[in-house]
Amino acid sequence: MGKTRVRDAGDLDALRRALLRQRAAVRRTIAISTRSGCCGSGGAALFRAFQREVKKRGLAGKIAVRQTGCHGFCEKEPTALVLPDGVLYLKVSPADAGDIVAAAASGKTPVERLLYRDPETGAAVAHEKEIPFYAQQQRTLLDANRLVDPMDIDDYIAIGGYAGLAKVLTGMSPQDVIESVTRAGLRGRGGGGFPTGRKWQLCRNCQSLPRYVICNADEGDPGAYMDRSLLEGNPHLILEGMLIGAYAVGSSQGFVYVRNEYPLALKHLTVALKQAQERGLVGEGILGTDFAFTVDVMRGGGAFVCGESTALMASLEGRAGEPRAKYVHTVEKGLYGQPTVLNNVETWANVPLIINKGWQWYAQTGSKASPGTKIFSLVGKVNTTGLVEVPLGMTLRQIIFGIGGGIRGHKRFKAVQTGGPSGGCLPEQCLDLPVDFDTLTESGSMMGSGGMIVMDEDTCMVDVARYFVRFLQEESCGKCVPCREGLRAMEEVLTRITAGNGTEEDLRSLEDLSALMKDASLCALGTMAPNPVLTTMRYFGDEYLAHIREKRCPAGVCRDLVQYEIDAAACTGCTACSRVCPSHAIQGEKKKPHVILQDRCLKCGACFRACRFGAVKRG
Amino acid sequence: MVHLTLDGKTVGAEAGEPLLEVARRQGKEIPTLCHHPALEPYGACRLCIVEVERRSSRKIVTSCNFPAEDGLTVWTDSPRVMNNRRLILELLLARCPGVEAIERLAKVYGSDGSRFRKSAEKCILCGLCVRVCEEVIGVSAISFAGRGVDRRVVTPFEQSSSECIGCGACAAVCPTGAISIEEVALARRVNPFATEVEMARCARCGAPVGPSRQIAFIRKKLNLPEEILGVCAACRRKEYGKKLLSVSEAVRRKT
Repeated sequence: MGKTRVRDAGDLDALRRALLRQRAAVRRTIAISTRSGCCGSGGAALFRAFQREVKKRGLAGKIAVRQTGCHGFCEKEPTALVLPDGVLYLKVSPADAGDIVAAAASGKTPVERLLYRDPETGAAVAHEKEIPFYAQQQRTLLDANRLVDPMDIDDYIAIGGYAGLAKVLTGMSPQDVIESVTRAGLRGRGGGGFPTGRKWQLCRNCQSLPRYVICNADEGDPGAYMDRSLLEGNPHLILEGMLIGAYAVGSSQGFVYVRNEYPLALKHLTVALKQAQERGLVGEGILGTDFAFTVDVMRGGGAFVCGESTALMASLEGRAGEPRAKYVHTVEKGLYGQPTVLNNVETWANVPLIINKGWQWYAQTGSKASPGTKIFSLVGKVNTTGLVEVPLGMTLRQIIFGIGGGIRGHKRFKAVQTGGPSGGCLPEQCLDLPVDFDTLTESGSMMGSGGMIVMDEDTCMVDVARYFVRFLQEESCGKCVPCREGLRAMEEVLTRITAGNGTEEDLRSLEDLSALMKDASLCALGTMAPNPVLTTMRYFGDEYLAHIREKRCPAGVCRDLVQYEIDAAACTGCTACSRVCPSHAIQGEKKKPHVILQDRCLKCGACFRACRFGAVKRG
Repeated sequence: MVHLTLDGKTVGAEAGEPLLEVARRQGKEIPTLCHHPALEPYGACRLCIVEVERRSSRKIVTSCNFPAEDGLTVWTDSPRVMNNRRLILELLLARCPGVEAIERLAKVYGSDGSRFRKSAEKCILCGLCVRVCEEVIGVSAISFAGRGVDRRVVTPFEQSSSECIGCGACAAVCPTGAISIEEVALARRVNPFATEVEMARCARCGAPVGPSRQIAFIRKKLNLPEEILGVCAACRRKEYGKKLLSVSEAVRRKT
């Protein structure tokens, strides 16, 4: 069924009020995340179970069940959130739906067995806001993910969506908008941290027409899914941001470049766009003004380098995704040689907030040089993985230990990698650094788009550096010599070191290569690529030396430098090790000491982890 | 007209003119491997890097595509520039051992061998061939395939190209000799692209004239009649000679 067109700003407000009236009878809403990650943990089946229960109990109209985007608490998905109370149930299965619906209908005692438990006291915590994972966050961008069904524009309008657009179209000049964004201090969330307002101003200053706006949704960092969650969970927020930006720079054509590996984001965005068109919020004569803006959704082919602005534009134009020199900036000559503003998903998502609540409000959050909040995907060896949104300037320690609940399995923290594959690995002594654009860059890493990979003591930092260099080597476009050949040489040297064949001269080579790549690569992929190597050498130099001088991998990861043996005196012959050995390398009779056949051993460490008597020795 | 400081000397330049052109006009030695005056700047080999200072920040840029602007300070041979060039050549020496053009440059910039594992490539992926075929000839018979270390120049699907006209421009611009033209019986082969283009025969003597696709291509482009370019150079000379002789005979008889 098509939606009716919103004629002007007053009409939009009337529609919002009508929607709220319609929904006034709904006493409680149960929000279930059914998006990519959560879907994998059974969100979709859960949603159907809740619908059945509500219908069975004759509560339709009183209790609504809503499919929403990601709530961020990936560790405990699938979750069910009861609004407006804010009671959060964790690891919910379809069988639990009945109890939850009953509890929500009565509005009394929540279903205790599904509540969060304090890891120390064991006490149940019912309210979302009191769970440490959420309590220390400030979810200005992600908050609405719980409140809207991304497939229904009316949900977004009901919570005040597109009011920012109405505000700029009815009462602000394009220059006013740029001024607001500039004074809010918003900086690009895609990695560079360039002041967004200044970018828009530079574009607007160009005489040439047409001008384009682009949303970069080619999120490619391993383990990062901030942008996917925003696009899947609240696509209209991004569209509204782009509409406001387009009005500010004087553009009537926008593009969203989404990677094809995000099918759900693509679907939601396409549906959102169609509904926005039906409502007259995209297209000609938006809200009764002469502002016109259309958006095309384009799919990327899965090249990491296409997240780089010039490569992305080349790809949009139908050419191979390779960067070009940016000595003439893309705000002057971007897509098809025309002035272009390119911002990433999260940057666009901030724009409606700045307009709605004012730049003064926005600038209060975060640090002075990096205002606002930032979404991070907190992953790795941390107790609570998930999407976290915090004010910039919060320390790494607060994020990893406060929100993330510390390191998994009582292990020791070793490093956190921020900024994606070309970010850096920061050690314990950096944990109290505030997370903002400038501090992270000074420490040798970078903000990047918000990936945060936590590593514990079982991680070999040389191996980590090699992993990221290998990733980048495969993802480099191969156009310029320093990046292509430099990464190849770096990988060669790092492989030699992890195999125990490295020399101290190799460290010189890594420094030389890093300096060349930083200085002379064509694009940021190449200039940032040495970061994992440089930071691990700077903060974990002793590990490199142990590999080189002592032919030893302190973390016991590098297979060529590790050998597993069974201490006959400690072995009870319980066979736990031989049962887990994938290569049948462990032999021995029951209740007699076992031995490892070295020529069959894959050095996977399964026996080491399986032994309960400490008999398997790693050396 | 703008003014900039080039290695300590004030020089004039057109605004937006690539620094490489400005510097070469002043007689500066700047090495390049992916640059060709007939082609758009590409900025891939990075050998033409120079150090520039503007608004008190110094950085390395490629001179082939960095536009001249007023007040810029440029060093074409600062220690940072020379170091980077030496290392780039060291990397290329590892990629393409035994390629004369690289060895010669490496010697000039003080790189006498490579610390890194040698492969046996001849192609440095400068892209001159790909670009000349597209930008100048207008055929695009070859292009890049693969990414990163797998990048290579190929015909579509690495099959003998049906688009290639066999003009040999790619081989002519190749700085390392990775591309070569080989005349085999009745065909011209473009190596290493496995492309063979049939040779047209002289309408008079039957000797090979040139690739038939190239001849057709030129005829079409210049809108020439069928009979033009159908005869080999030797026969053409003979024909004109005969004509000339008969004319001079007639003139002689008249006088």
